[in-house]
Amino acid sequence: MADTHAVATEHPPQLRHHFDDMGQQFDSATFGMWVFLLTEIMFFGGMFGAYTVYRSMYPDAFAATSNFMNPAFGAANTAVLIVSSLTMALAVRAAHLGQQKLLQIMLVLTMIFGTAFLVIKGFEYHEHWVDGKVPLFPGHWVWEGANAPPQFAHQAQILFCFYFFMTGFHAIHMLVGLGIMTTILMMARKGAFGPSYYTPVEVSGLYWHFVDIVWIFLFPLLYLIGHTKKLI
Amino acid sequence: MHPVTPVRTYVLIWLTLTILTFVTYYVAQIDLGALNVVVALGIAAFKMTLVIWFFMHVRTDNPLTKLFVFAGFFWMAILLALTLGDYFSRNWMPLGKFW
Repeated sequence: MADTHAVATEHPPQLRHHFDDMGQQFDSATFGMWVFLLTEIMFFGGMFGAYTVYRSMYPDAFAATSNFMNPAFGAANTAVLIVSSLTMALAVRAAHLGQQKLLQIMLVLTMIFGTAFLVIKGFEYHEHWVDGKVPLFPGHWVWEGANAPPQFAHQAQILFCFYFFMTGFHAIHMLVGLGIMTTILMMARKGAFGPSYYTPVEVSGLYWHFVDIVWIFLFPLLYLIGHTKKLI
Repeated sequence: MHPVTPVRTYVLIWLTLTILTFVTYYVAQIDLGALNVVVALGIAAFKMTLVIWFFMHVRTDNPLTKLFVFAGFFWMAILLALTLGDYFSRNWMPLGKFW
């Protein structure tokens, strides 16, 4: 009896009793996170598939709508998100090495870049709102001018709906990511992480990088492809 | 658990990703016809692979996790292949007289 008591107090406080050791617990957590990310791949995959179908059905209308996108915004946002992925990777590394101060700095930087992404996205949405490129909102959908051939008036609305749904769902994921980072930062400030236990940082990092990957595909699909095709 | 990746590796991956972002941005402004789509998505797929392999540490994950990561993209490939296979092949057969 005394022996089992000794064993019970020996293991690290973060080790749940149904795991053999910290390594197994860590592997299970990252594996579980990847299973969740697979559902996310299918979630965004469905939207990418539907987008591809409509784009192939209305290629000329798509080319016309792409003239109302601003690739400079998209490229800037891609660069910002990639930097945030770097700081996230460095945060995980700092947690692994037990560098408490660096971990907090990297988490804050990740949140700053994540927020910068949303701010740029906000300016972009505002531009669409003012330019009348928001379908379904009376007074905010205008389809006229040299770049807006009248025969695409309806199809262009479908494609802008895709744009807002895909970037919107991505933005919601960014907001969730910022919430997760706030939680991780609060845990990090209490010194919860170190070389033997940094699983929450690693797993949150997986989520953050996944959201980055979604944008890596949204950027060429929504901003770049078809942009060279100037209509009329 | 994973071995610690050197900072140099992370910075190099970040640099590659940033350069590729600029490459894809400028290549898109050159008219390559149908190749524009291929180049843009090829670069995006390569960037994704770098993020998954290095930033997400799949490089040092156990084989079971590696298999599941592959399975996720394999399943998405099925989703896209069957959906697009349907839509793209609808005009390939002449319509029957009862249509």
